[in-house]
Amino acid sequence: MPASINGMFEEVGEVAFLARDVSRNLVRRPFEARLLVEQLDSIGVRSLNVVNLTAVFSGMVLALQMGQFLGKFGAKIYVSRIMGLSLLREMGPVLTALMIGARVGAGITAELGSMTVTEQIDAMRALASNPIKKLVVPRVLACTLMMPVLTVIADAVGLFGGLIIAVAELGLTARYFYTSLLQNMVLSDLLSGLGKAVFFGYVISIIACHKGLTATGGADGVGRATTSAVVAAAISVLVSDFFLTKLFLST
Amino acid sequence: MSASPAAEPLIAVRGLAKSFNGKQVLRGVDLEVMTGETLVVLGGSGEGKTVLLRHMNGLLRPDRGSVWFSGQKLNDLDENALGEVRKQVAMVFQLGALFDSLSVFDNVSYPLREHTKLSEAQIRDRVRELMRAVDLGDGRVESLYPAELSGGMRKRVALARALALRPRAVLYDEPTTGLDPLVTDRIVGMIRSLQKQFGYTSVVVTHDLKSGFAVGDRFALLDQGRIRFAGSADEVRASSDELIREFLRTAL
Ligand SMILES: Nc1ncnc2c1ncn2[C@@H]1O[C@H](COP(=O)(O)OP(=O)(O)OP(=O)(O)O)[C@@H](O)[C@H]1O
Ligand SMILES: [Mg+2]
Repeated sequence: MPASINGMFEEVGEVAFLARDVSRNLVRRPFEARLLVEQLDSIGVRSLNVVNLTAVFSGMVLALQMGQFLGKFGAKIYVSRIMGLSLLREMGPVLTALMIGARVGAGITAELGSMTVTEQIDAMRALASNPIKKLVVPRVLACTLMMPVLTVIADAVGLFGGLIIAVAELGLTARYFYTSLLQNMVLSDLLSGLGKAVFFGYVISIIACHKGLTATGGADGVGRATTSAVVAAAISVLVSDFFLTKLFLST
Repeated sequence: MSASPAAEPLIAVRGLAKSFNGKQVLRGVDLEVMTGETLVVLGGSGEGKTVLLRHMNGLLRPDRGSVWFSGQKLNDLDENALGEVRKQVAMVFQLGALFDSLSVFDNVSYPLREHTKLSEAQIRDRVRELMRAVDLGDGRVESLYPAELSGGMRKRVALARALALRPRAVLYDEPTTGLDPLVTDRIVGMIRSLQKQFGYTSVVVTHDLKSGFAVGDRFALLDQGRIRFAGSADEVRASSDELIREFLRTAL
C-alpha cells in the first residue's frame, strides 16, 4: 500500500513534468495548425454522437426522476429550473468528461502507447523531431478546446431531452418549460460548468498522453496503459469536480 | 587521447555507466569511433548494446561518464540542441520503427519535410534516389504502409529514412537480426556499399559476428557492462580471449 501511494505521487509528478513540457512547446514556433485541426476533428467532431446520446438520455432520466419526486409536493413546475441547474453546473461537464475520457482518452493512450512500444516515438526523437510538440500539444490543445464546446452541446441536448419528458409525461407546456428555464438560469451556472469542462479536457488529455508515452512491453502493455488511462481520467474528473464545485460555489 | 586532429574520434564514449531500476547495464564503457570507419560492437543478448547505441545520439542520458560527438559533449545538451546532433547522427532501429500511420514515401520524406525547405518535386526526387540506394527504386513500395512490408523491406526503408538528411554517422541496431541468410547478405552488402558511396561513419551493433565481419573495420566486444576487447578483424581472429573464440565459432 505505501509503495502504491508512493507510485501514485511519482506519477502525478511525471504528469506535472509533461504539463510543463507541453506549456513550453505551446509557445515554440512554428505553430502546427494542421495537426491541431486534425485533432479537433478526431477529438471533437467525432465525439458528437456519443456525447449527444448520453446527454439526451440523461436529460430524460433527470426529468422523469425530478418530475416524480417534485410531483409528490405538487412542485412539478420546478422541473426545468432544477434541470437547468444540475445539467449546466454538473451533469453536462461531468458526463461529457467521462465520455470523452473513455473515448478520447483511450484513443490517445492506445495510439501513443503503440507508437512508444514500437519505438516510433524514439524514432521521431532520433529524426530530430519533437514528439511533445508534434503529438502531445495538438491533442491536449484540441481536447481542452473541444470539451467546453461539447459541453454546451450536451447541455442543450440534455435540456431538450428534459423538455420532451416534461411535455410528454409531466404535462407541462414547452413554452412554460423554457420560459421558466430562461428566467432562472444565470450566466454563472453556464460559466462554472464550462470552467470545469476546460479543466477536465486538459486533465484527461494530459493523463492519456502520459500513459501512452510511458507504456512498456508490447501490445499487452498498451492494453494495460489504456485501461489505466481511462480509470485515472474518470477518477481525476470526479475528484476534481468536487473541489471545483467548492471553488465555484464560494466565489 | 592523441592530440593530432587526424586521430580525433567522431564519436567518443568515456566511462559510460547506466542502470535501470537499480540494474547496472553499463559499468564504464570506453569507446572511440574514428571518422569514416565502421565499428562493430558485438555482445550477447541483453548485454546493453542497444543501451550503448542510444547514448550516441542522446536518446538516453548517462548516469556517469560522457558521450562526445565531433568534440561536443552530449551530456550538456538539451533535447533541442540534441536535435542538431541527431540530424548528423542517424539511427536505424532494430525493427525499423517506421511510422505506421504514414506510407513508405511519407516515412522517407518525413525528415526532409521536417528539416529542409525542399520543394515537392525535389522531395520526390530525393526519395526516389534514397529508395534506389536501398534497392527499392522501382517505385512499387512507396505507396505501401509499413504493415504491408516484409521485415527486410522495413529495415531497408528505415535505412533510407535514416540517410535522408545525409548524416555524418549512422548507428545501426542489429541490422541483420531476424532475417534469412539471403536477405542478411543483401543488407550487409548494402551497408558496405552505402558506406563507401557516402563515406559516413558507422557503428553497427550485433550479436552476429559473421555479418559483423562482413561490414566492420574494427570490432569491440561488450561484456558485463564494459568493453572487453577492441581490435581489427585479424586481431579478433588471433585473440585467445575465450568469449571471442566463442563468437568466432558461431561465425564459422
Ligand atoms: N528503458 C529501459 N528500462 C528498463 N530497462 C531497460 C531499458 N532499456 C534497456 N533495459 C535493460 O537493459 C538491459 C540491456 O538491454 P539492451 O536492449 O541494451 O540489450 P541488447 O544488448 O541490445 O540485447 P538484444 O540483443 O536483445 O537487443 C536489458 O536487461 C534490458 O532489460
Ligand atoms: Mg538490442
